[in-house]
Amino acid sequence: MDYEPVIGLEVHVQLATKTKLFCGCRTTFGAPPNSQTCPVCLGFPGVLPVLNKEVVELAILSAIALNCTINPYSRFSRKNYFYPDLPKAYQISQYDLPLAKDGWVEISSGGKIRKIGIIRVHLEEDAGKLIHEDSGSLVDYNRCGIPLIEIVSSPMLRSSQEAYEYLNALKDILRYLRVSDCNMEEGSLRCDANVSVREKDAEGFGTKTEVKNMNSFKAVKQALDYEISRQIDLLEKGRRVLQETRLWDERESRTHGMRTKEEAHDYRYFPEPDLVPLSINPEWVNKISKRLPELPKDRMNRFLKEYGLPEYDALVLTSSRDLADYYEECVRLYNQPKVISNWIMTELLALLKEDGIEITQVKIKPEHLISMLGLIDKGVISGKIAKDIIVHMFRTGKDPSLIVEEKGLVQITDEDEVSKVIDEVILENKKAVLEYKSGKTKVMGFLVGQVMKKTEGKANPQIVNKLLREKI
Amino acid sequence: MGITKEEVEYIARLARLEFDETEKEAFTHQLDKILEYVDKINELDTSHVQPSSHVIPLENVLREDNVKESLPRDLVLANAPKKERGYFKVPKVIE
Amino acid sequence: MELCEYTCWQLHDMLKRKEVSSREITESVIKRIEEVDERTNCYITKTFDVALQKSHQVDDKIRRGEEIHPLSGIPIAIKDNICTEGVRTTCGSRILLNFIPPYDATVVKRLKEKGAVFIGKTNMDEFAMGSSTETSYFGITRNPWNLETVPGGSSGGSAAAVAADQTILALGSDTGGSIRQPASMCGVIGLKPTYGRISRFGLIAYASSLDQIGPITKDVRDCTLLLNAISGYDEQDSTSVNREVPDYTKSLVEDLKGIKIGIPTEYFGKGLDKEVEEGVLDGVKLLCSLGAEAEETHLPHTDYAIASYYLIATSEASSNLARYDGVGYGYRGAEEDLIDMYKHTRSSGFGAEVKRRIMLGTYSLSSGYYDAYYLKALKVRTLIKQDFEEAFKKFDCLITPTSPTPAFYIGEKIDDPLTMYLQDIYTISTNLAGIPGISIPCGFSHDGLPIGLQILGPIFGEEKLLQIAYTFEQNTDYHQQKPKI
Ligand SMILES: [Zn+2]
Repeated sequence: MDYEPVIGLEVHVQLATKTKLFCGCRTTFGAPPNSQTCPVCLGFPGVLPVLNKEVVELAILSAIALNCTINPYSRFSRKNYFYPDLPKAYQISQYDLPLAKDGWVEISSGGKIRKIGIIRVHLEEDAGKLIHEDSGSLVDYNRCGIPLIEIVSSPMLRSSQEAYEYLNALKDILRYLRVSDCNMEEGSLRCDANVSVREKDAEGFGTKTEVKNMNSFKAVKQALDYEISRQIDLLEKGRRVLQETRLWDERESRTHGMRTKEEAHDYRYFPEPDLVPLSINPEWVNKISKRLPELPKDRMNRFLKEYGLPEYDALVLTSSRDLADYYEECVRLYNQPKVISNWIMTELLALLKEDGIEITQVKIKPEHLISMLGLIDKGVISGKIAKDIIVHMFRTGKDPSLIVEEKGLVQITDEDEVSKVIDEVILENKKAVLEYKSGKTKVMGFLVGQVMKKTEGKANPQIVNKLLREKI
Repeated sequence: MGITKEEVEYIARLARLEFDETEKEAFTHQLDKILEYVDKINELDTSHVQPSSHVIPLENVLREDNVKESLPRDLVLANAPKKERGYFKVPKVIE
Repeated sequence: MELCEYTCWQLHDMLKRKEVSSREITESVIKRIEEVDERTNCYITKTFDVALQKSHQVDDKIRRGEEIHPLSGIPIAIKDNICTEGVRTTCGSRILLNFIPPYDATVVKRLKEKGAVFIGKTNMDEFAMGSSTETSYFGITRNPWNLETVPGGSSGGSAAAVAADQTILALGSDTGGSIRQPASMCGVIGLKPTYGRISRFGLIAYASSLDQIGPITKDVRDCTLLLNAISGYDEQDSTSVNREVPDYTKSLVEDLKGIKIGIPTEYFGKGLDKEVEEGVLDGVKLLCSLGAEAEETHLPHTDYAIASYYLIATSEASSNLARYDGVGYGYRGAEEDLIDMYKHTRSSGFGAEVKRRIMLGTYSLSSGYYDAYYLKALKVRTLIKQDFEEAFKKFDCLITPTSPTPAFYIGEKIDDPLTMYLQDIYTISTNLAGIPGISIPCGFSHDGLPIGLQILGPIFGEEKLLQIAYTFEQNTDYHQQKPKI
């Protein structure tokens, strides 16, 4: 029998604010345990939450970009359950009246564009972190109260690849908005999946499992593949899929069922009495939508038209907002869009990839890249040397002229100096010179190479060519 | 009508409370009486009435995204029944 | 007359005239506490050292000729569910036996700035759940008018301390009558302000949408002084209202011309003690003789108030009190595993009444019951609120008894929760509707126990309430009588 998977994703994204959702504690990643906590996020007796305005605005911005309808009236509710990472024993979340609903994102699947529905986007606070040791569990509340949006997709995804594409699409959009850095390793993007399988083209749904603990985009794909084939396997053997939560085990590359907790789902939601409702009018939404940047697709089209770039270059350069900003800053300083594109595409991106870093972390400032291109134009350095210089710039962040000076990489344009080297080369390569004279013009390349070698590549190639011809 | 001992046990589990048999009996009886009393609200027709979670109509109370210094960690942990290396400590959580 | 027997405004005048020092006042109050607190048990924690230190500071200020605030140098008692930095705050519960807050409640911060002298933390029903101060882990508080009777609750420690001159001023909190009912039983003034008038930040929550801090004082003038000091918007409490705070002492005028008083008949029915009824109605007569007009009126949903209240309050409480799990602070029970730790901590940390209310609240929020109980109760709350809105279209205030009976005997109702809940019948609707209410002494029973009269007003109608209360007080001497202890 033919089966198809039905997948819905619940994605939690940390919003890039300076402070937490309901208190003024910092949100910096990797701080010492419990160093970014206060009575409010520790849930001490008597404290009250106060909503961070920037959180609301970033959430609205995300909802707009995800084509959602912003609810004119929304509110917070308490989700009650006991767990040591939850100091109030309830999570402040949104339940019956979420911030936004009914949106979509586009993904490409099998060469076609598909719109994946988004059921809701709501705000909630993160919980703390537990570290399990033999003698007990240790609790760090630094993450507690970090602002999250939860984005719930409709169960429209039909393969692990589509889920992967969907996640990437979300990541691209949210990073473009600078709403989040969407870093799964640091936990600023987390994803749980609801997975079921059914006979192809069937109407209803099969029993679903909830898959958790996937810590990278790759893991999501692997976990879904595993879970889909596990479920198909069960059905083919005539067995049932159990409705349960399953955890992805990265090391064993499999999911395994969590021990079912008693009365797991009676969360006793009720409206949070310590917070007042949110009323979001169209004027506010309009004001926030002005913060909406040019989105990747529009920007790519503009790059094609405005800078005459090849489609592939335009696609790559607009794949991240920071990269596109970097590129456009360079073009603003030096109106050679194609030259700049070539340098970024071939040299800079390769270096980024090698070090596994982002454009925002790069030490080369746009003005330095441009001054390097200027050095080439003025003939101070050759293109070949520039390729070495850009590596130094990448490592040190130094001004290229400084590197040129320090390393003595200035191009030799003095004809007398070049001429001396050519004389040496002619003397040392009599055979080649004779061959040239006999009509084998191809050896010219070899002779030029010899000159360059002696000058450590610093001789100006045009001058070398010209003088060699004259001298032979 | 009336709350059963099983329901009392279920609610106790949700609330992370435990009672011995005598207490359970007493609670079942008392809660039953209280519930019988509060059930009178269901005499009222409220089909056209909005619920009041708040009595004073406020909305959009927001603060700016400004950092406030966190609590020094010795104070964070000062009241903790058990702590270790800057963490709160609890019996091992099994996942 | 001992200094501890004066009011705040009298002492302030004496301080300004340099007739007394804050130190002398504070010492007088400490001496009084040392004499009688063994019998009344008003205080859970006494902070005499801090108090004396503060009184020195104020005296220095006076010596330097600086202006002082009316509360400067005046001893005040704080109910033990209001957080005080560095001073144990227990909520009357074993589960917070050793909890030392690292921060001050906003009201405490405001009072400190004004130079008030913190004399101690007062006893209360555990987590403010009770009407008699009998459910405290720290023992019962006794009514100074008759040590065999309760002081009311849950702010019984604060009210009894004011009545027995064991403080000059006190703060209480009122979720369903917890300021007004003990004030009434102890023969002092107790005001529950409009919801949102005073910041709840640092008030350990019982029922968040109903809780409000308020003054308990010896007379109405003191009440206005304390209200002035603690009112106003707080950016740490989203439910506090950003609205100008009037000078409430401006309400201290004897004038009832054109004041229309409504007498809700539902508050004078079955279960109301005859002497209380007489006392309150005599009070109304007095007000009418001074220029007010009174007329009967109706609050038709009164009968549903207690049911609605106990569902809403316990539901919120079940969630508010879930944080006492032995992880971050407070008592931790035996711990074999995590679930064990939770259960032991909570089962031996909380007393019976608290557990009963957590159970009721958990039940009414649990799946399958939410609509019939919690949601329904919120709708009934709307009806109750509308009853008051209707009434205040016609009347400036409503007058009712504060409590159906004078102070009852210790142990009399403690084993019958429902009867105890019915104690709050006249005070509870106020909290559901968010409106202000004040209890003032209006007489004594045949066996010498105080009777309280309650005045209710519309949202942010504190000024008129205080004016009526003040006029009443100026024409009676009930508030000047002292218990013999
Ligand atoms: Zn915090």
